[in-house]
Amino acid sequence: MYESDDDRDITLRVENLSVEVEGKEVLRGVSLGIKCGETHVLFGPNGSGKTTLLMALMGFPRYRVTSGRILFEEEDITGLPPYERARRGFGIMFQRPPTVRGVTLEQMAALCADDGVDVEALAGDMNLEEFLSRDVNHGFSGGEIKRSELLQLLAQNPRIVLLDEPESGVDMENLQLVGKAIRKLLQKDLRRRRTKCGLIITHTGYILDYVEADVGHVLCEGTVVCSGNPREQLEGIRKYGFEECARCTR
Amino acid sequence: MHALNELKERARAAADKPAAYGSDLDLRHYADEAPERGYVESLEELEELSGEELARAGVEKSGRERSGSFVQIDGTVVHRKAMEKGLEILGTREALEKYDWLWDYYWQTVAVDADKYTAAVELAPFEGYFMRALPGSRTIYPLQACLYIREPRFVQRVHNIIIAEEGSELHIITGCASKHEIEMGLHLGVSEFFVKKNARVTFTMVHNWAEGMDVRPRSGVRVEENGLFMSNYVVMEPVRSLQLYPTARLVGEGAVARFNSILVAQPGSELDVGSRVILSAPRCNAEIISRAITRGGYIAARGHIRGEVGGVKAHLECRGLILDEGGVIHAIPELEGLAADVDMSHEAAVGKIAQEEVEYLMSRGLSEDEATSTIVRGFLNVKIEGLPPLLEKEMRRMMELSEQKAL
Repeated sequence: MYESDDDRDITLRVENLSVEVEGKEVLRGVSLGIKCGETHVLFGPNGSGKTTLLMALMGFPRYRVTSGRILFEEEDITGLPPYERARRGFGIMFQRPPTVRGVTLEQMAALCADDGVDVEALAGDMNLEEFLSRDVNHGFSGGEIKRSELLQLLAQNPRIVLLDEPESGVDMENLQLVGKAIRKLLQKDLRRRRTKCGLIITHTGYILDYVEADVGHVLCEGTVVCSGNPREQLEGIRKYGFEECARCTR
Repeated sequence: MHALNELKERARAAADKPAAYGSDLDLRHYADEAPERGYVESLEELEELSGEELARAGVEKSGRERSGSFVQIDGTVVHRKAMEKGLEILGTREALEKYDWLWDYYWQTVAVDADKYTAAVELAPFEGYFMRALPGSRTIYPLQACLYIREPRFVQRVHNIIIAEEGSELHIITGCASKHEIEMGLHLGVSEFFVKKNARVTFTMVHNWAEGMDVRPRSGVRVEENGLFMSNYVVMEPVRSLQLYPTARLVGEGAVARFNSILVAQPGSELDVGSRVILSAPRCNAEIISRAITRGGYIAARGHIRGEVGGVKAHLECRGLILDEGGVIHAIPELEGLAADVDMSHEAAVGKIAQEEVEYLMSRGLSEDEATSTIVRGFLNVKIEGLPPLLEKEMRRMMELSEQKAL
């Protein structure tokens, strides 16, 4: 559907992107475009290439682009290292971030933040005050990692928000907190024109109860097989599974 | 006198005995002569060392926020003064003349015939400091001590005796340093610590030697019932060779020893640094933590814990990071249990910086170099518990000074 829309509004454009990881092709000609203020979700079975797409968008060298381009506000950023993308406004939430010994969550959040960001207040919002003095991710539970990642993103305040399964491992009580943080990151409560864009990987779709998405993409075997209404897609996947998605386009 | 003669005899017998570790040095290559220096009543009158040189060795020239100072240049004690009640600072020779009882502590925790370096300290004129906290005394500020070498080829012989009497608290910050231009020099430092019942001693030492220096400290610690000894040792700047293996004996119930070492080996430096704790009373507790980074030099990071009785707990942690090609880190943790009911563990790891961590930080906007240096700083950022806040701040400041040059 986006193909027919006015291209000038597209903030993040992925064109025919193929990516290999350790010599194995994982993404095959993925194309999508996220307009200013939109949130997209990515569905797909395990191993379909969802995380690879997010990692390639962030520019990690292990994810080698073999063809295609990534454009951010019409600038070709395909060859830029992760920190250049972060400085342009890309922010990513990791599913399993590494522990960095001796670097506290507070230092980490401060590294991400522009001047004037109140890290302590953000930690209060994320219920993480007691974690500020701990080494980042060291001994954190699944839910604590999600909140820590979101705290860092809130401090960073990125234009392009890339989230890898933000709801996995989070209990019901904290799911609300996580949902609220994502809404804030994506300016969901803003009535006027939003400037943030989101791309969220979700297995369960639970996050859609907290964050409205504009477009959904189903990824199968490294290719986008369907782009459309995310609610309808989720319903279809729940009823018929991903196989039907794959079949549907063939 | 008889006992002294016996010590001299034992020393003479060990005069050529190589040390168990580290490269063997020929003591004939060093000179015993150095100019006498004048004594100053106040550190600010000290002309030989600038405020900056002293600061690098952890010494505050103004004496502010310190409970006393000791400075030795080459073979001369140029200043020693205690500023708070309950504390005593003297040159060791002066103290041995003043107090007969001090001979009972002399060579009690380090064997005079351990090797040729301990022997050399006994067989020629030495200096060093005597520090004593009187029973129950507690000071707000740390004591500062500096052993400095200015004279090329000089062999500095030092014998320090530190006594924390019952229930006292003694915090010492000490820097050993040398003039950076000197091509060759040797520091032989014997330090004997006596931590009595319910006393606490923290000893924070930053070494700032020169590329041509060889350094052989020899330290022994005796901790009585519920006493605590903590050593924080930092060496980041170039040195030709450095070998030390301090030993703490926990002889009273509930005694505690903690050793933290932060080692950075520059190209051409050879660091052989260990810590040993012998737990010989119930409920004793020990922790040895070392962080080693090589920029091309050699590091042996040793640790040895010996549990002689049941009901003791100890942990040893050696972690090493090889930043540059050609660097070597040899981690040698040893646990020795002599009773069934000992709880001792160790963890050792040597490797390079994890690329995953670098990329994690890069995704937050740090360049590769910034990410690497953040990880390295974090690696060295050992959490030190039990250090008074002022001292912790001071140690961080000194580490930052060294880090800027070293990394």
